Amino acid sequence: MDFSAIRIELVAALIALGLLAFGLLLPRGKREITGYIASIAFLALLVLSFLAPGSGGSFQGGLYLNDPLSLFFKQLFITAAFLVSLMSLRFTKSLEESRSEFFSLLGFSLVGMMMLASANDFVSLYIGLELMTLPLVILTAYDRTSGKSTEAGTKYILLSAISSAVLLFGLSLLFGAAGSLSYADALKALASVSGDPLVVIGSIMVVAGFAFKISAVPFHMWSPDVYEGAPAPVAAFLAVGSKAAGFAALIRLLLFALPSSGGDFPLLVISLSVLSMVVGNLIALPQTNMKRLLAYSSIAHAGYILLGLVAASTAGLAAMLYYLVLYLFANVGIFAALSSFGEAGGSGEIASLKGLWKRSPFMAASLLVCLLSLAGIPPAAGFIGKFYLLAEVARQGKLWLTALALVMSVVSISYYISVIKVIVMEKAEDESRIRVSPASKALLAVSVLVTIGMGVFPAPITEWTRAIAGTIVR
Amino acid sequence: MIGFHPLPATLLSPFVGALLLLFVPEGRRNAIRAIALAAATVSLVLTVAAMFLYDRSAGGMQFVEHYSWIPSLGVHLDLGVDGLSLPLVLLTAIIIFAGVFVTWRLETRSKEFFIYALALVGGVFGVFMSMDLLVLFMFIEIAVIPKYVLISVWGSTRKEYAAMKYTMYLLSGSAVALVAIVAIFAYAHNPAHGLGVWTFDLAALSTIHFDPAFQKFAFFLMLAGFGVLIPIFPLHRWTPDGHSAAPTAISMLLAGVIMKLGGYALIRVGIGLFPEGAHFWAPLIAVLAAINAVYIAFVAMVQKDLKFVVANSSISHMGFVLIGLASLNAASMDGAVAQMFAHGIMAALFFAIVGLVYDKAHTRVIADLGGLAHQMPRVSAAFLIAGLASLGLPGMFNFVAEFTIFTGAIQVYPVLAIVAIFSVVVTAIYVLWVFQRVFFGPRNPKWDHLKDARGVEMVPIVVLAAVLIGFGLYPRAIMDIITGGILPLAQHVASLGIGGPF
Repeated sequence: MDFSAIRIELVAALIALGLLAFGLLLPRGKREITGYIASIAFLALLVLSFLAPGSGGSFQGGLYLNDPLSLFFKQLFITAAFLVSLMSLRFTKSLEESRSEFFSLLGFSLVGMMMLASANDFVSLYIGLELMTLPLVILTAYDRTSGKSTEAGTKYILLSAISSAVLLFGLSLLFGAAGSLSYADALKALASVSGDPLVVIGSIMVVAGFAFKISAVPFHMWSPDVYEGAPAPVAAFLAVGSKAAGFAALIRLLLFALPSSGGDFPLLVISLSVLSMVVGNLIALPQTNMKRLLAYSSIAHAGYILLGLVAASTAGLAAMLYYLVLYLFANVGIFAALSSFGEAGGSGEIASLKGLWKRSPFMAASLLVCLLSLAGIPPAAGFIGKFYLLAEVARQGKLWLTALALVMSVVSISYYISVIKVIVMEKAEDESRIRVSPASKALLAVSVLVTIGMGVFPAPITEWTRAIAGTIVR
Repeated sequence: MIGFHPLPATLLSPFVGALLLLFVPEGRRNAIRAIALAAATVSLVLTVAAMFLYDRSAGGMQFVEHYSWIPSLGVHLDLGVDGLSLPLVLLTAIIIFAGVFVTWRLETRSKEFFIYALALVGGVFGVFMSMDLLVLFMFIEIAVIPKYVLISVWGSTRKEYAAMKYTMYLLSGSAVALVAIVAIFAYAHNPAHGLGVWTFDLAALSTIHFDPAFQKFAFFLMLAGFGVLIPIFPLHRWTPDGHSAAPTAISMLLAGVIMKLGGYALIRVGIGLFPEGAHFWAPLIAVLAAINAVYIAFVAMVQKDLKFVVANSSISHMGFVLIGLASLNAASMDGAVAQMFAHGIMAALFFAIVGLVYDKAHTRVIADLGGLAHQMPRVSAAFLIAGLASLGLPGMFNFVAEFTIFTGAIQVYPVLAIVAIFSVVVTAIYVLWVFQRVFFGPRNPKWDHLKDARGVEMVPIVVLAAVLIGFGLYPRAIMDIITGGILPLAQHVASLGIGGPF
């Protein structure tokens, strides 16, 4: 057995276990050191994933696939984990106890995400999903002093359990029809019986299970409450990590496991995408809480990213990957700012950001850039990302979908701008300066640089994502 | 011209200035002004040099720069100017140069003001210089957010409402135009009727003969999308609020340059790629243009606020540009481009003067003012110059532009052209009437404390008035360049047998 194919996962699991043990060895007062160790370890893991990604190919006879696409997603997840662990340093320091386990849970969730990206079999898919979700539930409820955090954790685990049940039911139906758990066999077996109601219902249930993870409408109900209640770094990890993992699994399922029975899947994906764009953007308009606003914006972005799966071509897939990268950095920037703002005593309400330009110009500028990226206004990266997705959809003759996405994008700009207005224009009641910790400063700087960089010099990452998408032969 | 590369430096100098300003502490007001002025001056000097060095006999795109940007999608950062864009680049450079002086004494958050203003101007330069459709569009978008911030932080009179209204109008317009751009992209990539490769190069795209139905569809989207910027009736509703609420220097840029982005994009992309589509929609444009010119002129007449008069008069004057475009012949389009330049300078002068009056008197309500010529002779003389330019007095460049437009337009739309010319009379009435009520009349002791414009305040007035009169007396200096840019386009349109006679 070639263990080098799962080298990164093994190291990640070792990091998670090591952090757990290491935290216990430290005296109670010093456990926040784990955070620094974790950040360094994740950074090292990221470097490792670029330098020595392990041999390509499959592990355990096709249970698990280590190909360029899964490697890309793994690098995305590790980046997210690294940035989130930096973001969490201050938060964990403020906790009374259990400071060190936080990072270990982050690590385990990371391993789950990696499994999802590499899963090539229904069973490894399901194990990956649960391994990712359960630590996330604990992390969501981590702030024990806050009722909202506990409530969010409860909601998350209940709804996750339901979605898992739906997913499992769907998988069992598919297994019944295909007689095999492996993607490749399932695709072959299901192709001949693709019109079978059993297959159609099973496939819809499986897609629904992952639509929950990417918070696509109508499976989005959990995300505003969970984002609002969860600590800001955890919300960031949910928004970028868990969502990207959902997309990783969906891409492989839709392209390699489920037969596209006479155009049913495009229709299913189109409806998810349209609903998410319309509902997410419209409900975001009246929000007054920043995290809830971001939750609805993340729902809308799930809709945009799904456009890549509607196109389901090399260019469409590449556009999705590009968008996921820029989405990661824009969200990390926003959540990092919110997190330091919260530590400085700010509430989660948008109105409390008043006069931020004076209280912390750097934080205000970073928020401005990241919000503009989400709104799709150049020179931030969001414009290029949206353009890639929309151009590919239009090229395939769905100009109406492009037009709809653009209309919803204008709607979205109006709520992003109303946040920008509060940050840049309104006068603060409390004009005290906000001190931004060095770690947060670094996070904000990285987010802004990548966001502007991807918008002004899009070529390198475009070529990278296109090369990866090119290796996916359907 | 080998060895002379003015465009990258002109484009980058505002952005570099904005970037430098980020690192200057807020209190260092002189350093802030110096950097802003330097950035504006570099652009202006290079542009003026480019005007002289542009080879008028050769025409076409010159000073071309080529940078690869997204190779796999065929997007290139190609810069170049021709007779259509060079005058507009010059216009932008002149107005930001004047705008820096207008804002010289700004007290509140002056550093941020210049950062946003320079970013805005950089975006505008990018639009005029870009030879690539996607890059052109991107630069239009870059300019949107700075304007929003500029209006809502430094503006006056319902500034937040105006800023939001303006932004939503413009972004909706952009979204409509982007649908057309994406559709063009998809069309061009289709090997059956397009080029079969990914490209956004305007020159390459214009070699495609687009299907007439597609032309009608795409040109209409362009008209609706870029029409918001121009603005074309009935999409003009953002303009009076936006222009009036904006701080003086930004009103100058909005009326002087931003409105021209729409006209420019409509000629460059709309008519350049879809001559048949343009021909199909031209009657509609001509009718709307006449409404723009006459109806909005009447609207301007009844305004109570001096700035609203000027803002509405801008919309009215853009009606001339539109009727010039709609006529689709060499003379009319020539005049349209000249009118964009002339009106840009004239509107900037108007707004600079209104800003001066408002800064000193703290009111813009016409009824409250009166007899200001006694206290402010220089300001009132400048207003008269702008006013006479506005009503098309010979000797001002506006006269040349309007005359050229109508010699072209009257051959194609005689009735509408005459209707539009009628608006010149209306303009004369409201301009002179406003002038009389604000500057003439008995000395009003209430305004005795007002000081006339002097020092830096005179710089924008002198520069802008000199440009209006200078080109008015020697129009060839710029008309030759414009004609060189328009002629190939007009010939292309005429070769399809749809344009009017020359």
